[in-house]
Amino acid sequence: MSDAMLATRRSRIRFETIAPAVILLGAVAIYIGVVIASGQARYLSLENLVGVFNRSIALAITAIGQTFVILVASIDLSVAALISASAVLASVVMGGEPAMIVPAIAAVLVLGAIVGLANGLVVTKLEVNPLIATLGMALIIQGCLSAFVSNFAGSVPKDFQFFAYGIAFGLPVSLIFIGLLALLSWFVLRFTRFGANIYSVGGNREAARFAGIKTARVVIAAHVISSLCAATAGLYLASRLGSGAPWIGRDGMYDLESIAVVVIGGTVLAGGRGGIWGTIAGVLIFALIDSLFNIVGVDAFAKQVLRGVIIIAAVGFYAVRSQRMAA
Amino acid sequence: MSSETQDLNAVRARRRLPRINPIWFVLAALIVAIIVYNPNFVQPVGYMNFLKRAAPLAILAAGQIYVIVSGGFDLSVGSTITLTVIGSSMLLNNNPDATWWVILLMYAMGLAIGLTNGLVVSILKVPSLIATLGMMITLSGLALMWSGGAPRGYLPESFRYFGRANITDLPLINILPISLIVLAVVVCLLWWLMHRTNYGRLVHAVGDNPRAAVLAGVPLMRVRVSAFVISSLTAVTAGILLGGFAGVSTDVGRGFELQAITAAVLGGAQLLGGRGSVSATIAGALTLTAIFTLLNFVGLPQPVREVVQGLILISAVAYAMYRRRHAVH
Repeated sequence: MSDAMLATRRSRIRFETIAPAVILLGAVAIYIGVVIASGQARYLSLENLVGVFNRSIALAITAIGQTFVILVASIDLSVAALISASAVLASVVMGGEPAMIVPAIAAVLVLGAIVGLANGLVVTKLEVNPLIATLGMALIIQGCLSAFVSNFAGSVPKDFQFFAYGIAFGLPVSLIFIGLLALLSWFVLRFTRFGANIYSVGGNREAARFAGIKTARVVIAAHVISSLCAATAGLYLASRLGSGAPWIGRDGMYDLESIAVVVIGGTVLAGGRGGIWGTIAGVLIFALIDSLFNIVGVDAFAKQVLRGVIIIAAVGFYAVRSQRMAA
Repeated sequence: MSSETQDLNAVRARRRLPRINPIWFVLAALIVAIIVYNPNFVQPVGYMNFLKRAAPLAILAAGQIYVIVSGGFDLSVGSTITLTVIGSSMLLNNNPDATWWVILLMYAMGLAIGLTNGLVVSILKVPSLIATLGMMITLSGLALMWSGGAPRGYLPESFRYFGRANITDLPLINILPISLIVLAVVVCLLWWLMHRTNYGRLVHAVGDNPRAAVLAGVPLMRVRVSAFVISSLTAVTAGILLGGFAGVSTDVGRGFELQAITAAVLGGAQLLGGRGSVSATIAGALTLTAIFTLLNFVGLPQPVREVVQGLILISAVAYAMYRRRHAVH
């Protein structure tokens, strides 16, 4: 291998690992600048910054799962519908009874596993394009959900709200949960055989097959992880809102936002390159932008317009360098 | 007859069989089922109303097929429809004299949306799914901003004419909805453009193998961008029809993007490009509308439609992949 080749390879890796950090620093600088310029220095307290990130917990959980799917060169657009379904299922099964917390969590995780398994099997065995497979799955979940409930249904007991509002060791429980989940994902991707398989399947599925990796199993496992994460995000939202409604996933635009966050974090949509810490940086960037909008007082609809533009611009920022012919 | 010619005939027969797109048989079976449930369907009023209801989706799907054949998706059409309806009602402000320039302005808006989609995909190289999903939330945000969250005003009769009015007292067919004339004109134009012009061949070439197309001298960007423009313009047309048919609301267009893709897939279009036909897509759109009509007759609630549509979408693509794997080469 020639030096030139090594050099270009190294520089490409460097761009994708450094860019998220650079953008994050930029976002922080803009945030500080705006806060000082508008004379609202109270937004700079540590407490407030924790609060900023705390509003993006559901997005962070979903995006961690989405990272796995995108790393194997698949995609999951069913997360928003699954989040709604999980939140509703959790609050209906609990029905305000502390004794039902464990069965409810089990039910939600089983639902997530089934949806992920179905997604994975349709993508690998039936060879359906993952975009279409998961969009179809989203329709099916949303349809089933809307057939049963049309508004907030059930309620979660006070004890369960500990997940969203509890404090442990001076930090919000949800933030600790995200930290642990990110560490676990990082460990799996970095140090286990399964993690290595994910990168090789995403990098080149044919080559991975020839190397003896059971590619279908890896893709299915990634989909199961993504759906389990989305189901957990649903649990978190039920805990935060006190009840589940069939539109919370769609209104949060978790499908598109989780993909955008993963891409901003430097994970390549074509698969095989990227990681968890970039995704976390992406979530932080979105959280900062969101609270900037709140500080400046952008109206809700304009916020949606700006979000769409930012997502396209962010994905474009990475994609424009690729030699690939996009479609 | 020697065994050789028999073999040849068998191969020929097998080759000829897929030429008649199976969607036409499915459509015919569904129409028979509708007639069994509702014998009035054979009356002109029955089937004309069915076609009138199907017209917006059919037009939209005929535009979507251009983007699909060129290798992409256009998920922004649903919110383009909403923006057209909301924008027209805001601009018209109950003044029928403004109808024509408002329609012109809406088409200009469609042109701008399609251009933006196409340029973002070709220059920024954002995958079309993400680009048009982003466009979708941007446009629905704009529609909400414009209307202030709740639609005000309503559309004057002069605007609703296209989606609502019928020509009556005709011999034989009795009534003819204006929307059906619009559908016929749009479909003929788009069918001709796709299957009888050089441009249509370029769209197929770009979707089939972009690199080969570029090496052969196809202006990749121009073809891609124009496909998105065609899709957006059909969305505006569908919006004008739906505004007349269904009136003003902030969610008129919701779900139409997936219905259009489902219609195209039912018509045998190949996702990620290279194959697809305008006429089969129209058959797909009619099939989807027929399925919804049947579900209505059976008395299933609205959400079940979504479940059925999701199942159809997945199984149609799965069936296409199965056929491709077992195709006679």
